[in-house]
Amino acid sequence: MANVQETAKDEPGFEPKIVAFLCKWCSSAGSDLAGVSRLQYPSNAVPITIMCSGSMSPMFVLSAFNKGADGVLVSGCHPGDCHYLKGNFYARRKIYLVQKLLQFIGLENDRFRMSWVSAAEGVKFAGVVDEFVKDVKKLGPQTRLKAKR
Amino acid sequence: MTKRTGVFVCHCGNNIAATVDVARVAKEMGEVEGVIFSKDYVYMCSDPGQSTMANAIKDNKLDSVVVSCCSPTLHEKTFRDVTEEGGELNPYRCEIANIREQCAWVHKEKPKATEKALKITRAAIKRVQNNQSLTPIGVPVTRRVMVIGGGVAGIQAALDLANAGLQVVLVEKNPTVGGHMIQLSETFPTLDCSQCILSPKMVEVSKNKNIKLLTQAEVQEVSGFVGNFKVKVRQKAIYVDPEKCKICDDCAKVCPTVVPNEYDLNLTPRRAIFIPYAQAIPATYTLDESACLGLNPVVCGKCADVCEADAINYDMRPKTIVEEVGAIVVATGFDLYGKENLGEYGMGKYADVLDGLQFERLCSASGPTGGHVLRPSDHKEPKNVVFIQCAGSRDPESHCAYCSKICCMYTAKHATLYKHHVPDGQAYVFYIDIRSGGKGYEEFVQRSMERDEVMYLRGRVSKVYENNGSMIVKGVDTISGKNVEIEADMVVLALAMQPSKGTADVAKTLKIGRDKDGFLAEAHPKLRPVESVTAGIFLAGAAQAPKDIPETVCQASAAASKVIQLLSKDELMHSPAIAKVRLSHCTGCEMCVQACPYGAISLSGPNAKASVNDVLCEGCGTCQAVCLRAAIDVKNITQMQVHDMINACLGV
Ligand SMILES: Cc1cc2nc3c(=O)[nH]c(=O)nc-3n(C[C@H](O)[C@H](O)[C@H](O)COP(=O)(O)OP(=O)(O)OC[C@H]3O[C@@H](n4cnc5c(N)ncnc54)[C@H](O)[C@@H]3O)c2cc1C
Ligand code: SF4
Ligand code: SF4
Ligand code: FES
Repeated sequence: MANVQETAKDEPGFEPKIVAFLCKWCSSAGSDLAGVSRLQYPSNAVPITIMCSGSMSPMFVLSAFNKGADGVLVSGCHPGDCHYLKGNFYARRKIYLVQKLLQFIGLENDRFRMSWVSAAEGVKFAGVVDEFVKDVKKLGPQTRLKAKR
Repeated sequence: MTKRTGVFVCHCGNNIAATVDVARVAKEMGEVEGVIFSKDYVYMCSDPGQSTMANAIKDNKLDSVVVSCCSPTLHEKTFRDVTEEGGELNPYRCEIANIREQCAWVHKEKPKATEKALKITRAAIKRVQNNQSLTPIGVPVTRRVMVIGGGVAGIQAALDLANAGLQVVLVEKNPTVGGHMIQLSETFPTLDCSQCILSPKMVEVSKNKNIKLLTQAEVQEVSGFVGNFKVKVRQKAIYVDPEKCKICDDCAKVCPTVVPNEYDLNLTPRRAIFIPYAQAIPATYTLDESACLGLNPVVCGKCADVCEADAINYDMRPKTIVEEVGAIVVATGFDLYGKENLGEYGMGKYADVLDGLQFERLCSASGPTGGHVLRPSDHKEPKNVVFIQCAGSRDPESHCAYCSKICCMYTAKHATLYKHHVPDGQAYVFYIDIRSGGKGYEEFVQRSMERDEVMYLRGRVSKVYENNGSMIVKGVDTISGKNVEIEADMVVLALAMQPSKGTADVAKTLKIGRDKDGFLAEAHPKLRPVESVTAGIFLAGAAQAPKDIPETVCQASAAASKVIQLLSKDELMHSPAIAKVRLSHCTGCEMCVQACPYGAISLSGPNAKASVNDVLCEGCGTCQAVCLRAAIDVKNITQMQVHDMINACLGV
């Protein structure tokens, strides 16, 4: 991608700010399981539990970047397992478009991620966050969409 | 926006306090705009913790509260009850900030964990400050139940429900109830006769005043929701009046058309007008339209001519029946894995390669051979019979990946029954391993090996072919490491169990899920094994997964008891956290109407704007994410609230 900045500014001590939108039925429950299993992962991602990944408005993503998020994670039930039957199919399509939009604007791909984590996948949840934090760290602070305030 | 928020930060003993500076969280949250009370406490969920909370709400006239503690799945209800009962505040004014599972337990460094706990709690405060007071929506329930499928699962569920005083509509697609169990000869592990134990229950179904039986019927359309479903059922015309039919068989005697009898797995013939078997319920003949020479115009008419009871009526037409019910039990059972898929075993090609159900019929006194095990090809008694287990099961590459669970047991039963019928015969069983978990099951298998001298060969069969009227079975015995070749007079395949043919359609009509193998999906594999994901729809029997009769009956009774529980009240409570339309913003574009998984939105009113059915809406929020005008929102998690939470998470 020509318009993606190749800026690996791995600043020492940089702690990315991440918002993690978790669907209540799967990923949030998966994160609870990670907790019950006492798995350890970085504390950068602050969770917001939403009813379903299908309720994820593209505006939430843009708003988070605008308010200075260095990364945004959306996690829902595995396709086919949505508590509300098909919410995550909507999410998947929408997220794809948001990804395209962000690319177009020139935001690095790795700053926005969607994952599928079930209520039984505590280990996977911890892994997803761990990896995401690492990837975002490499990119340094996000300035592209951050409002100058 | 509320102005008097209270915050309660729990230590959870040391569970939270060890990693999160709870005192700092309480102090800093006390400084957030609108917060007038903030306190940390060692165990919020304890009795004193709850009283502290209740009193603080009343004493400080709090109008919204946040409890910063463990996951809402554990104590949201507890703290909302305290809010309502002790604090006399609407329970929807209480939100939980999860700082244990999502924070204290997954981090080690206290400063970082504390920072995160602050953000999580602040986000919950921002949210609750825009929560509304809500009241659960009471919905009257219809105290009737539909059971779909009249196998042993459906029969058991229907009887349990009817005996509890509920009205039941039992819908069966075949001319009789009984399902597969009525085709079995004897049942493992006790070898009691299947018909003898099931027939009385079938009769009970027909006699019970609370049960309305609709045979040759299928569900076509379902609308409504838990407590109030409307189900459209289509019933075929059977051209015989069951009230008048005397079961004299006069009609069948004159009927010129002969077709295979499905009940005997096509091993016997029947006429176009027939009764599947003597004990069929409802006890009546039925005219199979597809086999009849013609009804419109009447081509033959012989049966009506001979029927003295005047029971036959060629003018009957299919009926559409609408039933209103509060709950539905789905018990549509299984079918055997298609024989066409197992060409390597000669299934469908050689008359003496049979499936398990056909073998049941051969053993049955009411079966095609009067209870003698005879080869279909030449009616000779087979002296060597090979049983092949896992035919189609446990083979992710070419067939079904799963274990069909009951075939080890019924193969042992078949081998045993065979020896009872042909004492000088030899039974061979090819198996991968023997799974005989269950009361008395292992002993049963052992007995077949020891007393009935069944020869168990561990290994797969590669091929079955015919040679001079015998079947040659080629396989390996992996224990001796030798190739084996058995000349068999008959081969019986323990075919995999799969969901019955129409399961996909039924699931779609009812809007319930299926698992990767096509079986109906339970709401939770451990804790909600008889519920579907759709409220008010329950599962029973082999439609949910392969299972034997005892397990089927267990699940059927469990499903019935869940329904009884559900319908024990006059009203059901539905969550009030549902979508709401801002009419001033709605343009009637219908984006949400199409997106809603529950069909809860329609356009209404003079300006054709979106309107949400309070009872159908589950509050998933799919609609609000597609609305371009931000005109629809889910109460207490509106987009504005989420934006506020985003800010809080980012410390803005
Ligand atoms: C060869 C063989 C031997 C067995 N031997 C034993 C044994 O010895 N002991 C034991 O415990 N178990 C045995 N079983 C297992 C036993 O048959 C099952 O556990 C039992 O039949 C499951 O009952 P069910 O009601 O769930 O399903 P089924 O018996 O399949 O009944 C389902 C019913 O639903 C109806 N139906 C399907 N779709 C629809 C629809 N769309 N609308 C309306 N009705 C519909 C069907 O017509 C049928 O009447 C054996 C199974 C096989 C294959
Ligand atoms: S509310 Fe949760 S965190 Fe607090 S004491 Fe009870 S269990 Fe522990
Ligand atoms: S919240 Fe979900 S169920 Fe309710 S109207 Fe919106 S899309 Fe339909
Ligand atoms: S409920 Fe989890 S993605 Fe829909």
